[in-house]
Amino acid sequence: MNSTSSRPQLNLARWLGYAALALFAIISLGPIWIAVKTALSDSRTLFSGASSFLPRDPTLFNLQRVLGIANPADPRLAQMSYGKIDFLRALVNSAIFTILAVGPQIAFSAMAAYAFARLRFPGRRSIFFLFLCATMIPGIVIYIPNFILIKDLGWLNTYQGMAAPYALMTPFAVFFLRQMFLSTPRELEECARVDGASYISIFFRIVLPFHRSALATLTIIASLSAWNDFFWPFLVGRSESVRVMAVAINAFRQQQAGGTPDWSGLMACTVLGIVPIFLLLVLFGRKVVESFQYAGPK
Amino acid sequence: MRVSKWISNTLYSIKRRGFTPHSKPKRSSIIHKLFPWPTAAVPSAMSDRKLSPTLSAPRVIPREPTRRSLFRALFYKDSVCAWIFIAPALIGFTVFYLAPCLRAIFISLTDWNLLRPPKLVGFDNYARLWTDAKFWNAMRITLLYVLYNIPIQTVVGLLLAGLLDRLGRSVVLRSIILAPYLIANVIAAILWFWMLDPLLGFINALLQSMGVERISFFSDQHLALPTIAAVNIWRHMGFVALLFYTGMQGIPRSLYEAAQIEGAGPWRSFWNITLPLLRPTLVFVLVTSIIGSFQIFDTIAVTTLGGPVDSTRTIVWYIYESSFEYYKMGYGSAMSCALFVSLTVVTIVQMRILRSGQSELG
Repeated sequence: MNSTSSRPQLNLARWLGYAALALFAIISLGPIWIAVKTALSDSRTLFSGASSFLPRDPTLFNLQRVLGIANPADPRLAQMSYGKIDFLRALVNSAIFTILAVGPQIAFSAMAAYAFARLRFPGRRSIFFLFLCATMIPGIVIYIPNFILIKDLGWLNTYQGMAAPYALMTPFAVFFLRQMFLSTPRELEECARVDGASYISIFFRIVLPFHRSALATLTIIASLSAWNDFFWPFLVGRSESVRVMAVAINAFRQQQAGGTPDWSGLMACTVLGIVPIFLLLVLFGRKVVESFQYAGPK
Repeated sequence: MRVSKWISNTLYSIKRRGFTPHSKPKRSSIIHKLFPWPTAAVPSAMSDRKLSPTLSAPRVIPREPTRRSLFRALFYKDSVCAWIFIAPALIGFTVFYLAPCLRAIFISLTDWNLLRPPKLVGFDNYARLWTDAKFWNAMRITLLYVLYNIPIQTVVGLLLAGLLDRLGRSVVLRSIILAPYLIANVIAAILWFWMLDPLLGFINALLQSMGVERISFFSDQHLALPTIAAVNIWRHMGFVALLFYTGMQGIPRSLYEAAQIEGAGPWRSFWNITLPLLRPTLVFVLVTSIIGSFQIFDTIAVTTLGGPVDSTRTIVWYIYESSFEYYKMGYGSAMSCALFVSLTVVTIVQMRILRSGQSELG
């Protein structure tokens, strides 16, 4: 009888819960949708259509003009005083930066992680402890000396200058992969040793293939953080030829700090910066979600 | 804890599918000549050694060891091989983490504008910092920001995680919730800067249609900092919720059932079961998000630039201004070292208070 009296109440709670979840989903995606809407609207309708959910007179013009592929004869180009930006360049730069920063980082971090997890050598514990401590350092502490180093090397406004601090290792990558390597049985590797395989062969032929899921997780996390990185590229890569997506958006916004910003252009850039992430979520949603879910508390 | 569950799942799936290396080496391949890994010795069921008893016996003895003696010396000995493996990472660590850290301390003892050589001034920078009202104001604003950001973010994250745990476990829902965290800080900032624009923004248009005055969120001295905190709560709440959700998945269902039989409602089982058992996750989330929150920079760089009237000049923004706009490298480094020390203290205190090492489950 207890169950019959509490059931309607339970159902109500359940529906309230679903409503709350729906509300969270709307809060999460709503602003992104508004950006898409703005990017697709003619900039003359921004005021009249401010509170609408759908673009008025949808057009791809904004996306085309920030990418620099709008028809030069288009009368709209002359009508409005748009900000100047070559966002295609910025997207290409972001892709180059991401590849340069993430590719070698994972290779070298995996090698180091394997050594920390499986090989015995003097100084192993103390070096690993130092690596661990490095995860605690606030970015700004090392950005100042690193900026001076990159400047002295003449690497300001170059891809190598932006990628260098990430390319050889990041403490997180080494730590994460070491945990992964440690948490699997070592029997297989020992068998290979007994059968006469060298460590390098074991690493490439057993460890890496075996841990490809962990490597994919790390690739996703590291690529997203490189794609979204702002502070460090902002310090060393501000020139238009190398600046990445986030730096370009910031520059585009500061360009018009005085007057009304070119909102439709800014939102077009924003949408283009989100597209790769959206594609990643659509193609590998489960893997992405689980990467972030399980890589957190170690 | 969760990772180990994931690993065991992975292991289980490998056990089912059998362990297959990506490419089977051909006898003639160069790789095979270099790395004499016997093809036959790759076990088909790695997790069960009983299935292949030959594995434990050294069936294939490496051929012609003398010809590859240098190779053997390099890649068969633990200590030598280990140094080869960690060399690139160690170089990267030394050049871009360890040396800069020590150099930052040295720079903080100098007066240096990058044009002239650095001049040693001892602890002058620290003395100046101690009496710099702007520095203390920046610290105060940063602390205020953390106080706006962290409690709300944590509570909202817990609430959302509870809902996910009870009602919706679909991957689609989880990806939607995580989406804001995956987009760049700069993009989140510009997105909300647009949404909250006093003239054309969506939120203000909504407010006006409801008969409320338009609010200039980012240019109001009292609203700017809470608004920036709100933007970052929006960006992080899904991620935090996902971490809590993962922690909740590890709590045995039987505990809830037992509590229900004892007559405990959902509220009581949350306080007496979920929260205590979630402590390791809670500690991790709090420690990392507080460290991150203290270093708020990107959102401010895009929206308010420290204004209006210094109301959003947080410590990292102030360090950035001193070092990279006024080129006071020494003073900037002194402040960043001070930030490092205070963050370390905050973290240690937190660990003490939250007794991170212990878990109720043992």
